[in-house]
Amino acid sequence: MPAVRRALKDILAGTLFIGLGLAFALGALAYSIGTPLRMGPGYVPLVLGGLLAVLGVAVIVKGFIAGEGEEIGGLDWRALILVSAGILFFGITVRGLGAVGALFGATLLAALARSQTSWQQALVIAAGITALSVVIFIFALQLRLPLVGPWIPV
Amino acid sequence: MELFDNLGLGIETAVRIENLLYCLIGVVLGTAVGVLPGIGPTATIALLLPITFNFQPVSALIMLAGIYYGAQYGGSTTAILINLPGESSAAVTAIDGHEMARKGRAGVALATAAIGSFIAGSVATVVIALFAPPLAAVALTFGSPEFFSLVVLGLIASIALARGSTVKALAMIVLGLLLGTVGQDTYTATPRFVFGIRELYSGINFVSVAVGMFGVAEILRNLEDERTRKLITHKIAGLWPTRDDFRRMAAPIARGTALGSALGVLPGAGHVLASFGSYSMEKRLSRRKQEFGHGAIEGVAGPESANNAAAQTSFIPLLTLGLPASPVMALMVGALIIHGITPGPNIINDEPALFWGLIVSMWIGNFFLVMLNLPLIGIWVKMLTIPYKILFPVIIAFASIGTFSLGLNAWDVFMIAFFGVLGYVLIKLGCEPAPLLLGFVLGPLLEDHLRRSLIISRGDLAIFVERPVSAVLLALAVVALALAVLPAIRKKREVVFADEDDL
Repeated sequence: MPAVRRALKDILAGTLFIGLGLAFALGALAYSIGTPLRMGPGYVPLVLGGLLAVLGVAVIVKGFIAGEGEEIGGLDWRALILVSAGILFFGITVRGLGAVGALFGATLLAALARSQTSWQQALVIAAGITALSVVIFIFALQLRLPLVGPWIPV
Repeated sequence: MELFDNLGLGIETAVRIENLLYCLIGVVLGTAVGVLPGIGPTATIALLLPITFNFQPVSALIMLAGIYYGAQYGGSTTAILINLPGESSAAVTAIDGHEMARKGRAGVALATAAIGSFIAGSVATVVIALFAPPLAAVALTFGSPEFFSLVVLGLIASIALARGSTVKALAMIVLGLLLGTVGQDTYTATPRFVFGIRELYSGINFVSVAVGMFGVAEILRNLEDERTRKLITHKIAGLWPTRDDFRRMAAPIARGTALGSALGVLPGAGHVLASFGSYSMEKRLSRRKQEFGHGAIEGVAGPESANNAAAQTSFIPLLTLGLPASPVMALMVGALIIHGITPGPNIINDEPALFWGLIVSMWIGNFFLVMLNLPLIGIWVKMLTIPYKILFPVIIAFASIGTFSLGLNAWDVFMIAFFGVLGYVLIKLGCEPAPLLLGFVLGPLLEDHLRRSLIISRGDLAIFVERPVSAVLLALAVVALALAVLPAIRKKREVVFADEDDL
């Protein structure tokens, strides 16, 4: 099916837009819609969600007429998971572990996202960046964040 | 002449040694903090605001203004070097600026930004001195219908920001608008799309979206490229713009300055519209359209000038009407109030030394900025020689802690990861993030002015075409849309015909 392969990028993008558009539109139905004169909170999201779904269809149609046909290439799952995990780790632990622990964990996970970086290298990188960030943000910029949080008994 | 008397008073105030010093400190601090990834002018000022509490009001305001354009410039540096815009207007600079950096022309891009900003800042300062009161009067005649139409025009114009398909760019704008509706509805305070998470009631933080869609998505793409092919060039081809570069940047700087000075006056999103608008204008006017998105110097010179001019003239509504034109200006209002000054039309009469001193100090600040930054370009560019295995975890650490520091809100950090993944997937599917970002920024404004306009007109949509200014703006939007769609249709037909030939 060369037509499908040529349009694959557009089919996926269009499907994503249709899905997101319908999700917003359906979600908007839960709020009061109102009238043009007195719009409720659901009015604008409903209209925009519908519009996004229509544009999603247009993207797919256009893909079949004039798809770019470039290869998408696989996703880099290791990078995707470890980078996200690093950021989420920081958000989850910053209050509990304090700045040092949260930064160290986040940068360690992130550093490992690059497959060529070894464990030892990642530990050194994480320690260095943690020290640098603490100096800049806590000491220089006076960000009010404890270095060691309540989860760690001193 | 009154103007010269006023400027004389301003110069007298601004060149007082302590004010010169505070201006310099402000510019240096602003640049230093603004350069940190993920921290734009708003965050920088919020972080540094407490420093100024013990100063004289004039000194405090001069220093804050210095921090403001210092941070603006620092933010562009980060946008160019590592594709991490700290605020919406720098997102435009990142498009071509970062491409230039990838091609080893980071120094040229930074120099262009510095020169453009300086020229724009100087001109805009004169604009403020000459036109502040009349411009403020024009801004006052803009009602909700006009603002709605202006935002529509800005959104349509932003299609030019994307390299690829027009339909995808439109879809990204709408997705951005939808993401902008997350949070409490301004009229009824109904929380929308918050999934019961209290931290989302105030909406998704812009910085999370920008850092995720640009910064983190870029990191993911680079990590993938690193496995397949080496993309980032470490060689640096010349720090300074060549004669040809200067020739190419002259007209965009002039046009950007004019556009930015005009749009900066409008409360709301003047400087965002200015930089996005300037980019589309340059792309439209250029004979080298295909270079845009691949490191066109015009794509850096125009938006940077527009952005800086608008940053300057956005003081006009603040100083003459007391209306903050942007979040940064809202912080300025706070600073004024802390010092016992009521922002509004009375400042110019009651506090002439403050008003004119600030204006003159803006020019001085811009001068400091260009003097400070041109020699520093070599050092900034060295940042690119840091091995990527170290650089990208640094970006993630600074982005996380920087974003967290904005409101000590863990959800702002979680959103970085969400938008990083979303941005990565969308980029892989050929959808560029810049239009989404603009939609996200302007979404709340669009909805607010739409609803207000329809309340004024009792639900009649005709209000948008009955008011002349609004009608003209909408007509321009239709033209812009046609210009964007028509070549695509023509190209599509060509492709179809080409395919038939193949058969």
